[in-house]
Amino acid sequence: MSLSDFFQQLINGLSQGAFYALIALGYTMVYGVLRFINFAHGDVFMIGAYCGFYTAHRIQTLFGERLALASAIAVLVVAMIICAVLGVVIERLAYRPLRSQPKLAVLITAIGVSLFLEYGGQFFFGAIPQAFPELIPDRRIESLDPLYVNTNQVLVFGVTVALLVALNYVVKNTKMGLAMRAVSQNATAAQLMGVNIDTVISFTFALGSALAGAAGILFAISYPSINPLMGILPGIKAFVAAVLGGIGHIPGAAVGGLILGVVETFVGASDYSTYRDAIAFAVLILILLFKPAGLFGKATVEKV
Amino acid sequence: MNSRLLLLAAVLVSGLLSAFTGSMNSYYVQILTFIGINIILGVSLNLINGHTGQFSLGHAGFMAVGGYTAGFLTTKLGPSILAAMGGSTWWSEAVLFSGALIIGGIAAAIAGLIVGVPSLRLRGDYLAIITLGFGEIIRVLIQNTDAVGGPRGLTGIPGYTNLFWTFAIAAITIYTISSLVNSTYGRGFLTVRDDEIAASAMGVNTTRYKVVAFVIGAFFAGVAGGLYAHSTRYLTPEGFTFQKTVEIVIIVILGGMGNNAGVTVAAVLLTVLLEALRSVSDISWLPQFVRDLTKNRMILFSLILIALMLLRPQGLFGGFRKPKRAAT
Repeated sequence: MSLSDFFQQLINGLSQGAFYALIALGYTMVYGVLRFINFAHGDVFMIGAYCGFYTAHRIQTLFGERLALASAIAVLVVAMIICAVLGVVIERLAYRPLRSQPKLAVLITAIGVSLFLEYGGQFFFGAIPQAFPELIPDRRIESLDPLYVNTNQVLVFGVTVALLVALNYVVKNTKMGLAMRAVSQNATAAQLMGVNIDTVISFTFALGSALAGAAGILFAISYPSINPLMGILPGIKAFVAAVLGGIGHIPGAAVGGLILGVVETFVGASDYSTYRDAIAFAVLILILLFKPAGLFGKATVEKV
Repeated sequence: MNSRLLLLAAVLVSGLLSAFTGSMNSYYVQILTFIGINIILGVSLNLINGHTGQFSLGHAGFMAVGGYTAGFLTTKLGPSILAAMGGSTWWSEAVLFSGALIIGGIAAAIAGLIVGVPSLRLRGDYLAIITLGFGEIIRVLIQNTDAVGGPRGLTGIPGYTNLFWTFAIAAITIYTISSLVNSTYGRGFLTVRDDEIAASAMGVNTTRYKVVAFVIGAFFAGVAGGLYAHSTRYLTPEGFTFQKTVEIVIIVILGGMGNNAGVTVAAVLLTVLLEALRSVSDISWLPQFVRDLTKNRMILFSLILIALMLLRPQGLFGGFRKPKRAAT
């Protein structure tokens, strides 16, 4: 593999990893406050892409080809808002009534919600893949020759970094972020200090689902064919990324997503490309066997 | 022993039932066969998910391993084995079929061992994801194996499955798993579910119990796969998707985790319900919307899952068990 090939794969891998990072953040934040894996998260990503699909058509008939950037941003914002609301509704209806029940009950419900979104989506949107409209004309950046870099790859990476910076600000510098961190450290103590746990959990779901919605749009821009089952594989891989970074650890999820994207792309470019999709599972099994707390997580001992 | 008499009676009844197969509508025979297979699948998953409290989502994968192994044996090697036994008589076919079922079960049990080993370190959510991934990997491997037809599927499997085999094996499955769980040894499964830390503090080898549960559960799933293969006479990787696993998980939850009688009833109910839905979608005066909705069984499955967990987490027939105190 020549040096330019190496950098080419690295760039492809990072832009692939950006989706995983965005989705993984939702898994890891929800795990932080609720200690459970929201199986339906990958499907929120799919709903995000479909929101973009329908709003993009509306906006393009309104404005046409003008204001491409503004309409792309509008599509992104609309999808994020709808997904945030969806996340809050899912938590309110399906997870909150079960909060005092064993973990298994919530896990089964989450699988139920996930299946409902997938096959409900198939029922309402149709099972046939839809072509996602081109929001921003895609072209190759010639000045980087011999590397092959598209404007869309730069866009995806730029938006991801911007969202990560915004998320970091929310978690580190706002009162709600402080409450989130408090709940994830010790929910009971946080409640005794006057934190409204329900609000914090709703907010966490809104934040995570908005990021998944944004990932859905960015994914659809890069791979413009969307279908109701498109969320399953990225969802599972993003979960792996979250575990890789140390579940519950926010920067860890972002780093884990980027690492997984790069590893996967390098395997895809090697002789073992048919095993590309199995890599995520192999990575997961290896981490869980050798470093269950992930790269950045702290090992915890279960107390009796 | 009372339960042994029951087992004997069940085997006899399935033999009798089988004798009248010829005079029955073949569609009903098919449904009865599926009921039997679903009972085996439900009760065997119940050992892993219900009695031992591990959450496996790979049961369709075990079923696929057993089904493909048994189907491959009877289809590709069967003719020469039959010839060696002096032609195709009813007893040589019975020997071949039961041998194929057992080897299929053993192959699935080995797969169960492979999955059971990571479960030593994992619990709950992680285990669910790993077993789900395993089920998918099995399916992808089968799809890429040309010897069993790859994505085109394995065709020409002899139709050995009849009601006798199906229900005799279902009865044996229920008997084996119930006796196992109710035995002194089997109490270990329940302790792993109820409180793993306390169990290991009392000297129960929790790791061993988890692996044993996976191996035995997978064995019976493999046998069920073999029965399925020789009933439909045609296998495709698409028959063993996550959807099949969800179907079995719903049977277990509907019947009540750790309740073999409930799971058996739930297997009957769910199989009949799904067939009934098939005919609902043909009723012409119903609105198109309702007819379309009944064709999409996954929407129905998901709603059953959510509703059950919210309203009756112990299952339709499960007795009330005090929810385990959440770890703090």
